[in-house]
Amino acid sequence: MDLTYSEDQTLLSESIARFIQDDYDFETRRRIAASEHGLDPATWAQFSDLGWLGIPFSEAEGGLGADPVAVMILMEQFGRGLVVEPYVPCVLLGGRLIAAAGNAVQRDHYLGDLIAGRVQLAFAHGEPGGRYALAHVATRAEACSGGFTLSGQKAVVHNAAAADFLVVSARSSGEPGACEGISLFVVPRSATGLSIRSYGTVDGLRAGEVALDGVELGEEALLGETGEAFPVIEAVTDAAVAAVCSEAVGIMDRMREMTLDYLKNRQQFGRPLGSFQVLQHRAVDMLIACEEARSLALMATLNLGGSAAERRRAVSAVKAHVGNAGRKLGQEAVQLHGGMGVTDELALGHYFKRLTMIDTFFGDAAHHLDRFARNP
Amino acid sequence: MNIELNSADRAFRDEVRAFLAGSLPPDIQRRVEHGLELRRDDYASWHRILYDKGWVAPSWPVAHGGTGWTPMQRYLFDEEAAAASAPRIMPFGVNMVGPVIFTFGDAAQKAHYLPRILSGEDWWCQGYSEPGAGSDLANLRTRAVRDGDVYVVNGQKTWTTSAQWADHIFCLVRTDPSAARPQQGISFLLIDMRSPGISVQPIITIDGSHEVNDVFFEDVRVPVENLVGEENRGWTYAKFLLSFERAGIADVGRSKKQVANLKRIAAAEQSNGRPLSEDDRFQEKIAALEIDLLALEFTELRALSRHSAGEEPGTEANILKIRGTEIQQRITELTLEAVGTYANPYVPEALRDGWNEEPIGPEYAAVAAPRYFNWRKASIYGGSNEIQKGIVAKLVLEL
Ligand SMILES: Cc1cc2nc3c(=O)[nH]c(=O)nc-3n(C[C@H](O)[C@H](O)[C@H](O)COP(=O)(O)OP(=O)(O)OC[C@H]3O[C@@H](n4cnc5c(N)ncnc54)[C@H](O)[C@@H]3O)c2cc1C
Ligand SMILES: Cc1cc2nc3c(=O)[nH]c(=O)nc-3n(C[C@H](O)[C@H](O)[C@H](O)COP(=O)(O)OP(=O)(O)OC[C@H]3O[C@@H](n4cnc5c(N)ncnc54)[C@H](O)[C@@H]3O)c2cc1C
Repeated sequence: MDLTYSEDQTLLSESIARFIQDDYDFETRRRIAASEHGLDPATWAQFSDLGWLGIPFSEAEGGLGADPVAVMILMEQFGRGLVVEPYVPCVLLGGRLIAAAGNAVQRDHYLGDLIAGRVQLAFAHGEPGGRYALAHVATRAEACSGGFTLSGQKAVVHNAAAADFLVVSARSSGEPGACEGISLFVVPRSATGLSIRSYGTVDGLRAGEVALDGVELGEEALLGETGEAFPVIEAVTDAAVAAVCSEAVGIMDRMREMTLDYLKNRQQFGRPLGSFQVLQHRAVDMLIACEEARSLALMATLNLGGSAAERRRAVSAVKAHVGNAGRKLGQEAVQLHGGMGVTDELALGHYFKRLTMIDTFFGDAAHHLDRFARNP
Repeated sequence: MNIELNSADRAFRDEVRAFLAGSLPPDIQRRVEHGLELRRDDYASWHRILYDKGWVAPSWPVAHGGTGWTPMQRYLFDEEAAAASAPRIMPFGVNMVGPVIFTFGDAAQKAHYLPRILSGEDWWCQGYSEPGAGSDLANLRTRAVRDGDVYVVNGQKTWTTSAQWADHIFCLVRTDPSAARPQQGISFLLIDMRSPGISVQPIITIDGSHEVNDVFFEDVRVPVENLVGEENRGWTYAKFLLSFERAGIADVGRSKKQVANLKRIAAAEQSNGRPLSEDDRFQEKIAALEIDLLALEFTELRALSRHSAGEEPGTEANILKIRGTEIQQRITELTLEAVGTYANPYVPEALRDGWNEEPIGPEYAAVAAPRYFNWRKASIYGGSNEIQKGIVAKLVLEL
């Protein structure tokens, strides 16, 4: 066993950190977050040039080797930089679903363009009233001559409006909640009958409500076999959840550092705040929370290639921990900054908001605690 | 000992209830109920309605326009007002500077300011905190230098709630920089916000709202008759005021209302084909919250009983502030959890009344995250919870 970074992994981590430092300061992030799609085309092109869009794909898929640890490293740095670009919905969800469920023609068709930064993808899966049940798909896919007709509603689809194609889950048979009967389709955003109500999110990203009203698709839109997509969806979302937990680790660590700086520099009562023991202990608790989150994120990442049962348990462990410990750490970081902590001006509050909303990404702490308990 | 309200208190509660049902404007009520943004006018109208009824200043002596209510009656009024979704009365005039003026002010100040606070004609804000003086309030630097019959004020206040709406600001200013202890060189000044040299800059908070401000003073000339009490005795008045600020901060009534709202949301949300309110684990979280709230309520009621029996209020105010704000924050946290994914969309227009578009997700979703973010302030303002604990450790536990 070796749980330390290799030389290549260290280099990757440093190069991403350098990018954040040189090209993605907080004001840049603020500007991009306020743009129409929450996405800067030049930055995205840079991601492609640096090879980051190809990290989660194998060489056969045109990528760099599909190394989950590299994804973890990337996402942790993205967390530290509070990067708003839609890496998760586009690459880790849309791209990975096509890679995992699609046939050779589909992979060729989409992944090359994705890795080259030429297309944007999104994953339209969750639905109103579904809470975090992954199999809650009510959207229907009716077979018709030459293809399928999709009808339904998708909730809070990140990157929806910027996506050229949406990977959409729809039910070919069975009732919402059943794992069997779910299929995946690639739907052009311009498809007749598809409409998007786009909005910003409280954590500075972009998402939309997607309505599918009799969207007609050809046979070639189907990814994999009819009705058998659930295991792929579960595996891909588990990997994305692990990645987002690494993003959370980066956010938590950054918030911890900012708070520590503040404790060292802010003077009250003629001494630094950090000289008050009650605050020292809270800073130590924040450090412990970060270390544990990082440990679990690594553990989960290294279990992504294991059996489905191992993977579920590992991913739910880190997501539950990040949900609870992240909430606590975020609240503490704000509290220890006093009034400054609740201002829009300080970057800290924006990290806090993103960390808070990560809890709603494919299952909150309660959901994953429950899933962990059910997967002994 | 007896847990029932006596008949006089019951009759009082019925009277309050009937008044609220008949007098609270429905549009204001709707905004409070749905957690939508309140305008200055909303606070002003409700203030005026209570003033006309003679109920705007329960904490004041009857001679100055108070209600003469017992502590229990004041508690019942607060609880009923919260249950009816009435807005709070802005505390800065009625609960803060008013008591300072009627306790330490001179006859002219009382005659001029008190009626205008009562009627709502004057709006006040609180100029205590500064960039370098938060928890360490005595470190404040805003200078007031006597020049004939005026003080010339220079400096900066920050976090000043509703300065953008206020006609006056009551300020702690440094009048004697060479006093032996920093607390000894501070004075309490009443300053007209329209004075030349004052400028107000908004501070936007993480939820996107504008509640607090920076207030800058540049050679602001303040008549000496605006000094309250004696020069360099301001700290005493400020501490007196803080004890008023903390009373009622437990806000049990409002928390009860918010718990009811949380339950309504949990009943509307689905979890694995059942209402979230039927999920055992979520039920237990709400139960634990309600138990904490009951403990807070009965801690406050015990304090009220001791108070009614003639005991001086002690440091229970600190405990009520700590637990009251923790519970308020926990409610916003559980509400956010209940709302789930639809807490993500940020639609600022949906936080204002009169937005007619279809909501994104359930109608209650839009306010959940902004409220959670905004309420982080509660454990920071009015003396942070760490400072409150420090006071209890020192004064109660004698550590
Ligand atoms: C089961 C057991 C086995 C032990 N075995 C050994 C052994 O093999 N060899 C050995 O040398 N000792 C041993 N000890 C002793 C142990 O190291 C001491 O009990 C310990 O260092 C605490 O000292 P104390 O009991 O005097 O408590 P105190 O030092 O008086 O502390 C009392 C409390 O105050 C807290 N406290 C003290 N100072 C501070 C501070 N500056 N800031 C915040 N909190 C503070 C402590 O955490 C503790 O909660 C053992 C103790 C126990 C209970
Ligand atoms: C929304 C909002 C509205 C406000 N409205 C007003 C207003 O209208 N008028 C006004 O005058 N002020 C107002 N305030 C200011 C408020 O009173 C201060 O924010 C508060 O006193 C804390 O000061 P600070 O922000 O400078 O934090 P700091 O004092 O810098 O504290 C930072 C952190 O350190 C902790 N800390 C500080 N000293 C100690 C210690 N000795 N021991 C342990 N922990 C310590 C604090 O608890 C806090 O967690 C408002 C604040 C907010 C957030």
